[in-house]
Amino acid sequence: MSEIPSEPKIRIENLTKIFGAQSKDALKLLQSGASKDEILEKTGCGVGVANANFTVDSGEIVVVMGLSGSGKSTLVRCINRLIEPTAGKVFIDNQDITALSMNELRRVRLTKLGMVFQNFALFPHRTVCQNTEYGLEIQKVDPAKRREKAVTALEQVGLKGWEDYYPHNLSGGMQQRVGLARALALDPDILLMDEAFSALDPLIRSDMQDELISLQESMRKTILFISHDLDEALKIGDRIVLMKDGAVVQTGTAEQILTNPANEYVERFVENVDITKVLTAESVMIKPKAVVFLSAHGPKSALRFMQKQGLSQIFVHDEKHKVIGYVTADMASDAVKRGETELHHIMQTEFVSVSPDTPAADLIPIMANLPYPLPVVGPNGKLRGVIIRGSLLAALAERGRNNNA
Amino acid sequence: MPRIPIGATIEAFIDFLVSNFSFLTIAFTRVMEKVISFLEAGLLFLPPWLFIVIAAGLAFWLTKKRGIALFTLFGLLLIWNMGLWVATVSTITLVLIATLTALCIGVPIGIIAALNTGINKVVQPILDVMQTMPAFVYLIPAIPFFGLGKVAAIFATVIFSMPPAIRLTCLGIQQVPRELVECADAFGSNKWQKLFKLQLPLATPTIMAGVNQTVMLALSMVVIAAMIGARGLGGEVWRAIQRLQMGSGFEAGLGIVVVAIILDRVLQQVGTKKR
Ligand SMILES: Nc1ncnc2c1ncn2[C@@H]1O[C@H](COP(=O)(O)OP(=O)(O)OP(=O)(O)O)[C@@H](O)[C@H]1O
Ligand SMILES: [Mg+2]
Repeated sequence: MSEIPSEPKIRIENLTKIFGAQSKDALKLLQSGASKDEILEKTGCGVGVANANFTVDSGEIVVVMGLSGSGKSTLVRCINRLIEPTAGKVFIDNQDITALSMNELRRVRLTKLGMVFQNFALFPHRTVCQNTEYGLEIQKVDPAKRREKAVTALEQVGLKGWEDYYPHNLSGGMQQRVGLARALALDPDILLMDEAFSALDPLIRSDMQDELISLQESMRKTILFISHDLDEALKIGDRIVLMKDGAVVQTGTAEQILTNPANEYVERFVENVDITKVLTAESVMIKPKAVVFLSAHGPKSALRFMQKQGLSQIFVHDEKHKVIGYVTADMASDAVKRGETELHHIMQTEFVSVSPDTPAADLIPIMANLPYPLPVVGPNGKLRGVIIRGSLLAALAERGRNNNA
Repeated sequence: MPRIPIGATIEAFIDFLVSNFSFLTIAFTRVMEKVISFLEAGLLFLPPWLFIVIAAGLAFWLTKKRGIALFTLFGLLLIWNMGLWVATVSTITLVLIATLTALCIGVPIGIIAALNTGINKVVQPILDVMQTMPAFVYLIPAIPFFGLGKVAAIFATVIFSMPPAIRLTCLGIQQVPRELVECADAFGSNKWQKLFKLQLPLATPTIMAGVNQTVMLALSMVVIAAMIGARGLGGEVWRAIQRLQMGSGFEAGLGIVVVAIILDRVLQQVGTKKR
């Protein structure tokens, strides 16, 4: 999340798709700011996607969200040009996909783009294994090798032993997983997943989401995932793109969207989400007002910092800026009275800390009987911020108020 | 209002074709006649009982249904018994050649029409005409081009029986779900890969239904074709009609029915067995 690669893997610029015969007139209307309904009324054209702009970085999962009919499927189909965009550009690895000839496009589809379909789209006359092999067969990989790859992919999605069955022998959820295996077998850079989990029951769905997250840790694919389920988007998405009537209304991380909805539509969308599951330690922490360094400060300066900032306790850093303990105001003033000059003796090294991505729901019990602020410590041991009970409750209350409004 | 000269125009057109190209079609007829009689001789070379056993075995192998195999066995034995063996073999040869020709032309046209809406728009009305035009009409131009005989009969039969092969092939391919075609595209398939790995396999049952109909239509033409000298079972019926011999006419008709049922059942099974 922190390092940003120089080039996005997918870049979408002013992408527009208008269905219908008079798409040119409709495009002009759209660019002059007409709404989807106005355009439909005046030209009879349906707006699928309207001036969409966003990027997907390499190794990132971006979830495109929106209500039914908001243009999500149309958007993904424009990326691999199953639907020809009316205007705008799509870049993959900096190559303009919209300018490719049919043959060049086929090569890109063959080598870079795996797709999982909303309605599975399995071939009924082929076995599970033959379905999984399809892409490799098109690539003319030799039969033994492609069988091997297909079997591995099926194992990844938990369908070992089903290779020689036909799709109609499988449940909907299993068929969906065959669709996923078919895309995985190709080992493409990019996965386009159109509501890939929507046919699954909640339990398997949750399992598949976990599976995708753990697969993603090892595979590091670039994934564009379509969903109309916010909880799913929050769970698997590094970033979320929210669509309405074909337009992108907001892009951002789950927290950005939840804590700072761009407009009423987004707010309505997010209002049913259990906020404590989504807010993380990072989003409710505040900057520590002051810290002391073991090597540089003594009890006296620690006490002064605390008095100045109105703190009852202060965290101690070593020379590498790692948190190693804390000192309370009482201990510091006792030490000053005793004439001590080192923090060493009075520093408490036993303390509870949390990582930045700890969900807010988990923070509440930890905070319950903690006498001092909760430090949020990054993977490198550095202090990222502190959580005081007041700030946590304030953040939750703030969201609660927005939700009820 | 002056009469619109449709008939005269067609006649002039046919005349033009006949006077300029009939030397070609007549030459073709000579060759085809040799091929047909060679085929017939080949089938007649086998003793009838052996032919019948092979046919019953083949029916069983294709359908895995004992009933159909038994019907084939006894049906053909009955035909042999009625003394219609030679006529039946002649009819089967004619139907075989006509159907194969109709399929070789019809299936590709069906595929092209399914994949190209422009061509489809041209093909559909032509098919309507081909199917509703009374079959006798095809016999008229067949004679100047191919002379009296089997080749003219086959020509008329091919034209008459081809429309279902085209229509159902086209339908079968158009019925392949859009999302499956989209999926094949998304995985980078080219046109041929899409056709052979997806569209044709899924269209097979529908195409087989077309094949079945084509065969049945070809068989229904044999009596009409007999009028221009095709002989065979149709010839027997035609002769019985002319001489008012009810008994032998009925026998020949029964022979046609037996052949039709055998072909229909076998082809139906072949069509539906594929999933
Ligand atoms: N082939 C088409 N012809 C005309 N209009 C279309 C076509 N495909 C989609 N649309 C229109 O484009 C809009 C977006 O459709 P799309 O399928 O992209 O929605 P979606 O967000 O994927 O919805 P869902 O969640 O139901 O899958 C809809 O208003 C739809 O009516
Ligand atoms: Mg959709």
